[in-house]
Amino acid sequence: MLGISFAALASSLWANPNIDHRTISSYLFHPRILGGVGLTLMLTVVSMVVSTILGVLLAVMRLSKNPVMNAFAWFYVWVFRGTPLLIQVVFWGYLGLLYAQISLGVPFTDFTVFSVDTNTLVPAFTAGLLAMTLNQAAYSAEIIRGGMLSVDTGQHEAASSLGMSPAFTLFRVVLPQAMRVIIPPMGNETISMLKNTSLLSVIAVLELYTVATQISSQNLRQVELLVVVSCWYLFLTSVLSVPQYYLERHYGRGNARQQSPTPLGRIRAALRKTPIHAVSKGPQP
Amino acid sequence: MTEALAFPRHQEHPAPARPLLVATNVRKHYGGVEVLKGISLSVNAGEVMCLLGPSGSGKSTFLRCINHLERIDGGRISVGGELVGYAQRQDRIFEMNPREVAKQRSGIGMVFQRFNLFPHMTALENIWAAPVGVKKVPKQHAIKRGMELLDRVGLAHLAKAYPAQLSGGQQQRVAIARALAMDPQLLLFDEPTSALDPELVGDVLDVMRTLAADGMTMIVVTHEIGFARGAADSVVFMDGGVVVESGAPADVLDNPQNPRTIAFLESVM
Repeated sequence: MLGISFAALASSLWANPNIDHRTISSYLFHPRILGGVGLTLMLTVVSMVVSTILGVLLAVMRLSKNPVMNAFAWFYVWVFRGTPLLIQVVFWGYLGLLYAQISLGVPFTDFTVFSVDTNTLVPAFTAGLLAMTLNQAAYSAEIIRGGMLSVDTGQHEAASSLGMSPAFTLFRVVLPQAMRVIIPPMGNETISMLKNTSLLSVIAVLELYTVATQISSQNLRQVELLVVVSCWYLFLTSVLSVPQYYLERHYGRGNARQQSPTPLGRIRAALRKTPIHAVSKGPQP
Repeated sequence: MTEALAFPRHQEHPAPARPLLVATNVRKHYGGVEVLKGISLSVNAGEVMCLLGPSGSGKSTFLRCINHLERIDGGRISVGGELVGYAQRQDRIFEMNPREVAKQRSGIGMVFQRFNLFPHMTALENIWAAPVGVKKVPKQHAIKRGMELLDRVGLAHLAKAYPAQLSGGQQQRVAIARALAMDPQLLLFDEPTSALDPELVGDVLDVMRTLAADGMTMIVVTHEIGFARGAADSVVFMDGGVVVESGAPADVLDNPQNPRTIAFLESVM
């Protein structure tokens, strides 16, 4: 039943005279679209990496006993998680309206080291990167904090009893174990990030969706270009789930008594088995 | 376990007694509940002390105070003449910062009831992680030493196994090797056999007896009366946060004076 209704839906879309398949195929690998794909991927990777580092820092601050650090981390998460991402994107994009010049100097005096135009220092691309990274750091901080809390207190005690410093304990003992809990939700976050980069179209960053809307505003083939864009987003999310699988396996080591083989390993094992079967076709005992 | 496995070290090592650990009037409370009500005792270098007592008597808490896993509220503890967790400058005593405490702890090994091996590291990695990371021992040396220690606890063939692949007794022996890798001057055992299946207890106790015979200074919280009788130089019986009775194993275990000691020994033997 499900299969039939799905097939019916697909064929009605396929046969729809309002969709021009030639436009889709000609724009799927169009240089401008490919440029957008590249920028989207770059924005996603850079902001995920930087926001994860910031997230670890915020999580450690939030768990520290120092009340100033703790309050700062709480405030950061409160602000960046509590306001819509779209508004943050626009805010960073329009920073030049708020502060026309950015200068480094001694506050409340006339002494300045340098002074630049805000729009020169923070072009649309940087503003977009900043918005995505700072927002993501707030979410990542909470995920990482949860992961760190999931590590047994006995691990902290064992590390302490061996004379490990708090920083060494964090990087060698706590975080590697927390990773097992952190990675699946971070995979989700990466996929959200990939799709949320389309919000940067409001500040004219030339990522995938912006490029597509620019093209469709010229040729008026909105639906076709949305199909093109969706294909790319689907492809990229599928690609991103591969490193997640291997990261999960890496940090899951030692957790199961025996790890199940990877899909590639299974194929290899199956290939290796075939000639053995061929040989054993002789007289059976 | 019979006493034939115990090593009478007094005859073999007639070194002059010098206290390695001195605890004076140690107090500790959680909220309003006082768990340690003034513990005073000392352990000489090269000796083994067993701490006995019913659960809730404060023996584990006291053990954790010795390497500053718990902060004491009164009295003082010194190991090798150095105050634990505190530094004395002129006439005032300051709590050490986390890095100073860590440095001090590296000289005091601890073996836990629940092993607390690092699950993401193999047995061998568990052993060399701290010497390499904390004492900056060259990795090759630390790995070689780690293999020797694993061999000493009879597990050299399981060097590449992860803790989840080992039995409880094997995990505890790896944990002992891990503590030994830091060359501690004092080794603390917090009920090292309580989480083990009965048939695995013997292997761990054997390793501990060998250590005792080699002259390692050990403080052992345990319910294994046989081990205390055979391997300990002194036995301390605690109840309700105070030391009720202490002395040579033969005196405390075979000729107890205090009614609480008598009642406890009757219940466990």
